[in-house]
Amino acid sequence: MTGAVVTPYTVPAGLMDTLQVTVLILVAAGATAVVLTRRLVRQVLVLSVYGIMLAVLFLTFQAPDVTLSALTVGAVALPIVLLLAISKTRKKEE
Amino acid sequence: MFFAGAAGLVAFYLWGLLGLPGFGNYPGPYGPAILRVAVAQTQATGVVSAVNFEYRGFDTVGEEFILFTAAAGTAIVLRMLRGEGERSPVDEARDRDAPPTSNAVRTIALLFTGPVVVVGWWLASHAQTNPSGGFQGGVVLATAFILIYLAGAFLTFSKLSPTDVTDAVEAAGAGGFAAVGLAALFTGLPYLYNYLPLGQIPGAVSSSGTIALISFFVGLEVAAAFLLIVSELLEQTLLIRHGGR
Repeated sequence: MTGAVVTPYTVPAGLMDTLQVTVLILVAAGATAVVLTRRLVRQVLVLSVYGIMLAVLFLTFQAPDVTLSALTVGAVALPIVLLLAISKTRKKEE
Repeated sequence: MFFAGAAGLVAFYLWGLLGLPGFGNYPGPYGPAILRVAVAQTQATGVVSAVNFEYRGFDTVGEEFILFTAAAGTAIVLRMLRGEGERSPVDEARDRDAPPTSNAVRTIALLFTGPVVVVGWWLASHAQTNPSGGFQGGVVLATAFILIYLAGAFLTFSKLSPTDVTDAVEAAGAGGFAAVGLAALFTGLPYLYNYLPLGQIPGAVSSSGTIALISFFVGLEVAAAFLLIVSELLEQTLLIRHGGR
């Protein structure tokens, strides 16, 4: 590994570790929340929030590229498609 | 039985975890190699895009056509069958009011539409300098059209993104990517060879040759494909089909 690059924006290593661990715990809690939500529409909204958390996780692990993909797909695209599918199938059930 | 199985799984899982390389250590040879040569070879400072659209461009063509096939599949499954017609839904329960879109939602959706278009376009056209690319940009661009739908006008949405046009744009995007690669073949170069001038300054928008061009086509393809999928689903949800079998 090459030595760490120091810029004016460099965060102290200990602080970065704390941040990463915090976000990891948040993501684990978020995933659990998605599974435990029982009502479908509500579950999609929780899933969308979870998508944003996942994006933050990728950002703290220095992957801005994956962050953008996770934001667009996890927080926007997937919930929209799911909501549309739910509203379509629900009509049939009633 | 379950607990025996679970215990076995946990044991295997822990055993596997112990064999992982340490946190932040990457033992493979490709990462450092790419980092050493990428900027000098491609004049692109967005090295991830350089890898996606250049070093493993052929893989990306495949991924591109996965999305293309998915959108085509959606369109085929949800197509209108012979003898089917569509009409707008009329509420059949007389004493029920569908709540109209609230003004807050409308205003926010309309306020965001312009900036979202700009951001999407910027993401799709700056793959060579930023951690972005056609894929992310394309999805953001499609989101702008969905905001217009949210602002309360399905008809405006379908007028702005008629299926014929999104079909054509999607095909142009996917075909454009493949064509950029094929053009290299005609001049005797390998498929997807970066034959455009790379520019002098790494990180300039005009640098990086075919990387920027491919990202542009990917942006078109992704935006159109996503829009096509959403509008097919919206049609399913909002319009009532009758007739047919």
